[in-house]
Amino acid sequence: MDYGKLLCGRVAQVPPSGIRRFFDIVSEMRDVISLGVGEPDFTTPWRYSDAAIYSLRQGHTHYTSNRGLKELCRLACKYEARFGAGYDPAQEVLITVGASEGIDLALRTLLEPGDEVLVPDPSYVSYMPCVTFAGGVCVPVPTRAENGFVITPEMIRPLITPRTKALILPYPNNPTGGVMRRADMEPLADMLEETGIAVIADEIYAELNYTGEKHLSFAAIGNMKERTVTLNGFSKAFAMTGWRMGYACAPKPILDVMLRVHQYTIMCAPTLGQYAALEALKSGFETDFADVKRMVTQYDRRRRVIVDGLRRAGLPTHEPLGAFYAFPCVKGTGLSSNEFCLRLLEEQRVACVPGDAFGQGGEGYVRCSYASSMENIREAVRRIGIFMQKYR
Amino acid sequence: MLSQTDISILEILSDDARTPVSALAVMTGLSEDEVKSAVERLERDRILLKYPAMINWDRVRDDRVQALIEVRVTPQRDEGFDAIAAKIYNFEEVKSVYLMSGAYDLLVIVEGTNIKQLALFVAEKLSTLEHVLSTATHFVLKKYKQDGVIMEKVPGDDRLAVS
Repeated sequence: MDYGKLLCGRVAQVPPSGIRRFFDIVSEMRDVISLGVGEPDFTTPWRYSDAAIYSLRQGHTHYTSNRGLKELCRLACKYEARFGAGYDPAQEVLITVGASEGIDLALRTLLEPGDEVLVPDPSYVSYMPCVTFAGGVCVPVPTRAENGFVITPEMIRPLITPRTKALILPYPNNPTGGVMRRADMEPLADMLEETGIAVIADEIYAELNYTGEKHLSFAAIGNMKERTVTLNGFSKAFAMTGWRMGYACAPKPILDVMLRVHQYTIMCAPTLGQYAALEALKSGFETDFADVKRMVTQYDRRRRVIVDGLRRAGLPTHEPLGAFYAFPCVKGTGLSSNEFCLRLLEEQRVACVPGDAFGQGGEGYVRCSYASSMENIREAVRRIGIFMQKYR
Repeated sequence: MLSQTDISILEILSDDARTPVSALAVMTGLSEDEVKSAVERLERDRILLKYPAMINWDRVRDDRVQALIEVRVTPQRDEGFDAIAAKIYNFEEVKSVYLMSGAYDLLVIVEGTNIKQLALFVAEKLSTLEHVLSTATHFVLKKYKQDGVIMEKVPGDDRLAVS
């Protein structure tokens, strides 16, 4: 069989994720402290799991409506309103299989073959492949540490062509920890206003924001809601990665088509997870999101420790204001991101992810997750300090 | 009035009393001197009392016995429950004393080397105290969770090492 002819070239040529490549190396080694993990170290608060177990006992083991449980849609919109954007639970929200499905749905809904999508570089590993899978062309927008890895109109304007269909706006950002505040978003909104470009705002790290201000949705800025697909979910803030629960919000004309793709490909998000997510939001509103606050407080303390430790080790590190990643610059060592990570792993048994896994713009940086115990973080930065003695 | 950073220091120490001043400073955004003086002030004000370790004594020796005793008392004029509580908490066997709402007044946690010793303590010392109306003793058989910590070995980190 000639698989070269059998497989779709466009899809098959997408390389495996750089994260995956590094995972294969790390998983062969013992006694490694991993700062490579992109998910919370907290387990799901028990009451959410308990609600899911109860739903099984009650026999809620069937499909839900395509959109998702009505009450979950209602609470998802109420939750989203905390970030400034108002959505109609009956028409403008859809429960997805993680925010990941939302990315795919939005791109498939918006892109004609050959359409261009602007993606901040570095960014989460899935955007570029998903654009390709949807038949689009990815246009990286290099971001810089000097301005906190945010996107500005000046960066985007020269990249816009008649084929530019969408901008992916993933803030708080993985891997940089960059956050876009109102003052960063407003000029961008003003510029987009003159264009027909859609925005896919992946706000999965919305709660993990250490600016002292609450996260603000891009859809809440001016008239941006009409062109914005807002993606969020339960994985990061509620420590529910394995449940694969997310949601997408968008104006009805966009959401209707996303819902159709979801209907034919997924049917509905898993019912069990929907009940867990429902409990997460219900109890969240009852307790003023005490579980989330407890975890965010811990992340913030770890963030300060890891940034301080990396800087002391001699690695310039911009202050990450969101998510749970520090993104130190390793250019001063003369090593590439990949070499730095491999040597650090071999010599000190600390795993980080090379920045170039997140796009060419990440070269010269490494991603250090602080979704790890304080004990691990302190030991990891101690080891990085020893490692760096050679390069100071 | 405690500041937000005071509370952060207390929270961090309550989770790990070994946290060094340098780490407390980084985590709270204070200088090391500011942390030192905050800790000294909290100690002086008897807010920060002691820096104990939590130990699973069940795994060390099996002759240690704990009991929870429900005590009903007659509150005294002018002194309420405080005077009788003091008479109880002064015994070395008594580890904790709480004033409770509900069916009894004081919850007394006592510790000893065997059941007989504790039973005699209750019979001879506690229930004979003036103003004590009745006691009900419950021996602790197994501790599953204490102060937020699950005693048994909990499953390790099963996350993918890189994701």
